[in-house]
Amino acid sequence: MSKPIAKPKRKNPLERTREPLLPPAPRSRTAHGLTRAAAEGRFAIQRCAECHAFTYPPRDACPRCLSDRLPFVDAPTGGVLAALTTVHVTADSYFRERLPWRTGIVTLDCGPQAIAHVHGDCAEGERVNMSLQLDRGGQAALFANPISRTPDMQDDLQWREMTADPNQRRVLITDGRNPVGQALAKTLAEAGAREIFVGVGEQWKPFPNEEALRQIGGVKIVPLDLTDERSVADLATDIGAKVDILINTTDHIRPGHLFDAGATLRIGETMEQTLFGAMRLARAFAPVMIARGADGRHGAAAWVNLLSVHALANLPALGSLSVSHAACLSLSHWLRAELARGGVKLMNAFSGPLDTEWFQTLPPPKVAPAALATAVVDGLRRGLEEVYVGDVANDIKTRLTANPKALEREIGQ
Amino acid sequence: MTAAAGPGPTDLLGKLAASIAGGGVKLVDLTHTLSPDFPTIVMPPEFGQSAPFRMERISRYDGDGPAWYWNNISFGEHTGTHFDAPVHWFTGKDLPLNTVDTLPTADMLAPACIIDCARQAAEDADFLLTRQDVLDWEARHGRVPSRSWVLMRTDWSKKTGRDYANLTDDGAHTPGPDAEAIRWLVEERGIIGFGTETIGTDAGQAGHFDPPYPAHHFLHGAGRYGLQCLTNLDLLPPVGALVFAAPLKILHGSGSPLRVVALVGG
Repeated sequence: MSKPIAKPKRKNPLERTREPLLPPAPRSRTAHGLTRAAAEGRFAIQRCAECHAFTYPPRDACPRCLSDRLPFVDAPTGGVLAALTTVHVTADSYFRERLPWRTGIVTLDCGPQAIAHVHGDCAEGERVNMSLQLDRGGQAALFANPISRTPDMQDDLQWREMTADPNQRRVLITDGRNPVGQALAKTLAEAGAREIFVGVGEQWKPFPNEEALRQIGGVKIVPLDLTDERSVADLATDIGAKVDILINTTDHIRPGHLFDAGATLRIGETMEQTLFGAMRLARAFAPVMIARGADGRHGAAAWVNLLSVHALANLPALGSLSVSHAACLSLSHWLRAELARGGVKLMNAFSGPLDTEWFQTLPPPKVAPAALATAVVDGLRRGLEEVYVGDVANDIKTRLTANPKALEREIGQ
Repeated sequence: MTAAAGPGPTDLLGKLAASIAGGGVKLVDLTHTLSPDFPTIVMPPEFGQSAPFRMERISRYDGDGPAWYWNNISFGEHTGTHFDAPVHWFTGKDLPLNTVDTLPTADMLAPACIIDCARQAAEDADFLLTRQDVLDWEARHGRVPSRSWVLMRTDWSKKTGRDYANLTDDGAHTPGPDAEAIRWLVEERGIIGFGTETIGTDAGQAGHFDPPYPAHHFLHGAGRYGLQCLTNLDLLPPVGALVFAAPLKILHGSGSPLRVVALVGG
């Protein structure tokens, strides 16, 4: 039975904050097929295109027929825990700090036997539900979960090591003016976030639903304007060491044509808010989060960007949004590589047009702010890196994989 | 004043310098500190926006500049305590010398009349200065001299943040002149400009006046100037102060933040 995560004790100021250590990292290029699936929350392993046998661990040739056509495909998630081992002694520095650690051999329904991390509620000989998780080092690892929900299973310490569950964590939402920031505050409060800092810039400007936002349990409004270096630095100095999860909800959506007189100025404003804002945020908050990657069971866990799926394919009607988010996407990869040192995850949540004011003229389907918030919290609970929210985002993702040139032509018409 | 000035003016400036040194003439700073969170004018978001003041550090005795501290700054022309040139409004767009870089030097120093509306503004955020108010002021302090500044004291500068901007769902609510008062001051009194403690020379609701934004309309249409976001007007006498207002010399600039200083006699 998992023990529910309790509100953490206050830190002992006489104790050193441990530096984050990471589990062993190197993987082969082929093995990153697992990383891709784990990032998106899919369970995919290799299946031979010729003899159709599933195989694990990743290889470059089918062990049965020697074919080199071994694509990763979504696989059935069921299996049986054939053997369970609880490790009490290890030479690995990362695992030494987290002992005891449960590991086991799972016979997958699709054939192969695999070594996996094992949830505390799984017993030897029983059926398990497999998933691919990104460990603290950002590498894919198999994880065996109970077949049906058990009480507080989210709070299993090994599972929590693979995820960024907001329960009992402190979160910073960078912009509470927009409906997404407000929906996130509500959803995070329901998910058990211990403290929710919500940034509001230019506090002299009132904004809709301000009172409702203030009423949400755990919410604390803080001054934050990503276009102002000092505002970002001041807030980081004040609460930087309390931010376990940072969600950048700051946005600046201004439709317009490339040749409009003020287009450059507007793209500049958008870049200030999004790209340069994110850089200021990263410079101020990321070093502390990296340092706090192993700050007890509640250390810094994740950085979340909300991106338009048009970061992947420019939608001319929202040209400057697409350009700025494409840049933010590139920045996110840079930041992810930096955060990795601390075992802090970076999750990008891609969505199509939202059901908010600035997307007024775009046709449905649109993503409701509450739906985006739910998807973000779900992604954190599952420890994902890439989340696609809504029909438009998933459609563009599929079309981009199939034929990027066709997507570019069609979206530009 | 010209280079050929004789002993008279020289003597005058000498006396002025002595008075300043002796404290007989005081310099009063009418300027707010230029800072990132000072409210700026708000336009509907689909319009272009004036950038607020921003400062990014280049170096502070560090790897980017071991022995020196300096910053890059950016802001819209109409940020903080600032000056409006005639070209700012469409009514002044075709006038000669209508930009900050062509502003006649002689216009940078002018006497000021301070009309105290602090009590009325405290009672009514939408208080409007009328021609009758100015006539009442003239009955006590004399006629508004031609080429002088008229500064509307409201003590609005003592407010901060949300109270200062005072935005509600029907726009800003801040005091200013009514259309008739400003037209009359420009046309009948020949003022050099009008100054306020609020974000604009116009009242917060002036977009609904006839004409819209009458202070901008009449002042700039006649080649006159605006000063806004002033402070310390409560330290100035109703008459007798001299205001030095020299905006940055920006090519084709429509306005600029500036240091506004008043000379006040003992």
